Amino acid sequence: MLPNVIAGIIWLGISAYAIFGGADFGGGIWDLFAGGPEKGRRPRALIERAIGPVWEANHVWLIFVLVYLWTAFPEPFVSIATTLWIPLTLAALGIIFRGSGFAFRKWADTVGRQRWYGAWFAGASALTPFFLGTVVGGVASARVPLGNAEGDVFGSWLNPTSLLGGVMAVVACAYLAAVLLTREAVLDQETDLAEYFRLRGLIAGAAAGVVAIAGIFVLRWDAPSLYEGLLSTRGIVLIIGSAAGGVASLWLLWNRRFLAARPTAALATVAVLWGWGAAQYPWVLEDAASIEDFAASDPVLTAMIIAFAAAAVLVVPSLVWLFRLTQTRSLVEGDIRADSTEALMIKNQTPREKA
Amino acid sequence: MAISLGFHIILAALGIGFPLITLIAHWRGLRTGDNHYLELARRWAKTMAVLFAVGAVSGTILSFEMGMLWPGLMGPYGDVIGLPFTLEGVSFFLEAIFIGIYLYGWKRMSARLHFLSLFPIVLAGIAGSFFILTVNSWMNSPAGFEIVNGEVVNVDPWAAMFNDATAVQYTHMLLAAYMVSGFLVAGVYAWGWLKGRRDRHHKLGFIIAFSVAAVAAPIQILVGDTAARRLIDAQPAKFAAMELVTEGGSNAPFTIGGILVDGEVVGAIEIPGLGSLLGTRSFDGELPGLDDIPPDEIPPVNIVHISFQVMVAIGTGLLLLSAWFAIRWWRKKSLPESRWFWRLAAVSGAAAVVAMEAGWITTEVGRQPWIVWQQVRTADAVTNADGLIWSLILITVVYVGLATASVLALKRISRGFASGQDVATPYGPPVPEATGD
Repeated sequence: MLPNVIAGIIWLGISAYAIFGGADFGGGIWDLFAGGPEKGRRPRALIERAIGPVWEANHVWLIFVLVYLWTAFPEPFVSIATTLWIPLTLAALGIIFRGSGFAFRKWADTVGRQRWYGAWFAGASALTPFFLGTVVGGVASARVPLGNAEGDVFGSWLNPTSLLGGVMAVVACAYLAAVLLTREAVLDQETDLAEYFRLRGLIAGAAAGVVAIAGIFVLRWDAPSLYEGLLSTRGIVLIIGSAAGGVASLWLLWNRRFLAARPTAALATVAVLWGWGAAQYPWVLEDAASIEDFAASDPVLTAMIIAFAAAAVLVVPSLVWLFRLTQTRSLVEGDIRADSTEALMIKNQTPREKA
Repeated sequence: MAISLGFHIILAALGIGFPLITLIAHWRGLRTGDNHYLELARRWAKTMAVLFAVGAVSGTILSFEMGMLWPGLMGPYGDVIGLPFTLEGVSFFLEAIFIGIYLYGWKRMSARLHFLSLFPIVLAGIAGSFFILTVNSWMNSPAGFEIVNGEVVNVDPWAAMFNDATAVQYTHMLLAAYMVSGFLVAGVYAWGWLKGRRDRHHKLGFIIAFSVAAVAAPIQILVGDTAARRLIDAQPAKFAAMELVTEGGSNAPFTIGGILVDGEVVGAIEIPGLGSLLGTRSFDGELPGLDDIPPDEIPPVNIVHISFQVMVAIGTGLLLLSAWFAIRWWRKKSLPESRWFWRLAAVSGAAAVVAMEAGWITTEVGRQPWIVWQQVRTADAVTNADGLIWSLILITVVYVGLATASVLALKRISRGFASGQDVATPYGPPVPEATGD
C-alpha cells in the first residue's frame, strides 16, 4: 500500500514538473523560433514577463521527483542514474545553460551579447525536455536493468521509444507554453500577440496529437510490454482522457477561450503521463523492479508522507500568495499601495527634502 | 562532484546569511525611518535573488550527480538519508517563494506584512541548511539503521538525521554561513570605502554586515574547538591527521605547519604538550596518533592538516579583525580609520570563503577512505559507468563559466545600483526597459 502511495506522490511531482516546468521550457522554445532581434522583440518580452517571476523555482519539482525517487526506490534510482547518465548529464547541462542564459540576457550590455545568451537559453530550453523525455523512454521500454550501470549506455536512450519520449516532451512543452502565453498576452492587452501564440498553439497541439497517435504504434513495436499495460482498462481510460483534453483545449484555443484552454491543455499532458504510469504499473523499472519489492521500508515511507503533507500545508498557500501578488496587473508601474514600504519610504523622504 | 559542492556551499552560505542581514537592515529602517537602511535591504534582497537563482541551478545539478556518481551510497542508503533531502527541498521551495513575495511586496503589500515576509526566508534558509548538514553529519556518524547479512534494515530516518555529530557540526556550519555572508558583504563596502565612497549608505551597509560576522566569529572559535575535540573519540583518524599527531599518547605536541614526508614531520613548529592540553584540557590527556590507525584507513594526511590549519589561522585572523572593530566601536562609537583595517576588511570575505572551503575539505578528506564512516568506502560507492570522466570535465567547465558569469552579473547589478537604475532580478517584478547605457 505505502509504496503505491509514494509512487502516486512521485507521479504528482512529475505531473507538476511537466505542467509548470513544461510551460517554462516551452517559453524558451518559442523564444528560439521568434526570429531576429527586431521581429522577435515583443514575443520575447512577453515570454520573459510570463516566466520571469517563477523562473528557475520550477526546477524544485524536478528536485522533488529525484529526491523522492532515490529515497523511496534507491536501487531503481541508482540503476536509472548510472545507465542513463549521458542524457541525464545533458539535461543537467541544459538546465545550467537555460537558467544562466535567461538571467544573463537581462543584464547583457549589447544586442550581440543578448543574442548570445538568448541562444543559450532558447536552445537549452528545447534540448533539456528532449533529453528528459529520452530518459522516460529508456525506462518505459525496459532498457534499464537493475544495478550499477548495467544497461546499454547508448541504446538505453538512443531508441525509438526514447525518441518518441523526447519529441513528445518538446511538443507538449511548446503547446503548454503557447496556451499560457495567449492568455498572458490578452492580460497585457496585446491582442496581436495573443493571435500569434494562438496560431502557434494550434500547430503545436496538432503536432502533439499526431505524435501521440504515432506513439501508440511505436510502443507496440518497440516496447511490447508497456504497450500491453497501455491496453489495460486504466490505460485506455487515460488515453481517452488525454485525447478528450487535447481536443477540448484545441477547440477552446480555436474559439479564443484562452483561460479555459489552460486546464484542458494541462489535463491532456497529465493524462499522457499517468497513462505511462498506468501502463508501467506495477513496475518502477519496466520488467526489472516492481514498486512493492524495491520500495524503502515502511518507517521511511511514512516519514516521506508526513514530509509531503507538511510541504503541501506550507508550500501551497505561499505559492498561491506569490501568484496572486505577481498577477495583480491593476497595479501599473508607479502605482503604490498607501500603506506599503515604498509609500513609507516616500513619506520618510518628504520632510527632509522640504526642509 | 567536489567542484559542484564547493561552488554550491558558497551560494548556500549566502542563502543563509544574506536574509539575516537584509532582515536587520529592514528592521533598522522601520525603527529609525532612515531610508538608507531600507534601500540597503532592497538591494541586498535583489542580490540575494540572483545568487539564489544560481544556487537553484547548481542544487539541481547536485541532485543529478548524487545518483550518477555515487550508486554505492545512494543504492543501499538512499532511504536512510533521503528524508532530510526531501525536507530541504521543501525549505528551498519556501525560501524561493518568499524571496519572490518580498521582492514583489515593496509596493503591493502593507509595510508590516512585507517586513514579516522576510522571516520565512531567514527561517527556511536555516532549516534547509540544517537538513543538508544532517546528511553530512550522518556520513561522519552513521546512525538510524542496522546491517543484517549485508542488507540495510530497520531504517529509522529520524535517528539518521539526529545523529551524534549533527548538533555541533550544524552550529559550526551555521556560524560559518553568517561569517561568510557578513564578511563578503562588508568586504564590498570596505572596498568602496577605500575608493573614497564614504557616504552613509556605505557606512551602514558595512556596519550591519560586519557586525553580524563579528558576533559570529568568537562563538565560532568555541564551537570549532568543541567540534575538533569531539573527534578524538568519534573519528580518531581524522583528528590525528588534522593535528598531525604521528605518535599517539599523552603529552602530545601541538604542530603548527609542516608536512608529512615518509612518516616524518618536516618543517613544523612543535610546541610540546600543547596538543594534549588543547585537545583534552590536560597535559596527561591521551591523543590518538596516526600510529594507532590501520594503514588502509589513514586519510591523505597533508591535505587534511594543511586545510585544517588554514581554516584555524583565518578564523583567528577574522576574530582579531572583529575585535579591532568591536573595541573601536565600544570606546569611540566610530569606525576604525586605519587604512589597514579597511584593506583587511575588504579581503575578509574572500578569506572567510577560503576558511569555509578549507573546513569542508578537512571534514571530507579527513573521513577518507570512507564515504560513510566505517560503513562504505568511497571506492566502493562510485559508479561503474565508463566515460563518466567526460561528464565530470564538462560539468566542471560549465561551472567555471557559471561562476564567471555570476560575478559579471553581480558587477552589472552593482553598477546599476550605483547609477541609481532599477535592476531586474529573478523572482522580482519586471522593471521598465532600461534606456541603454
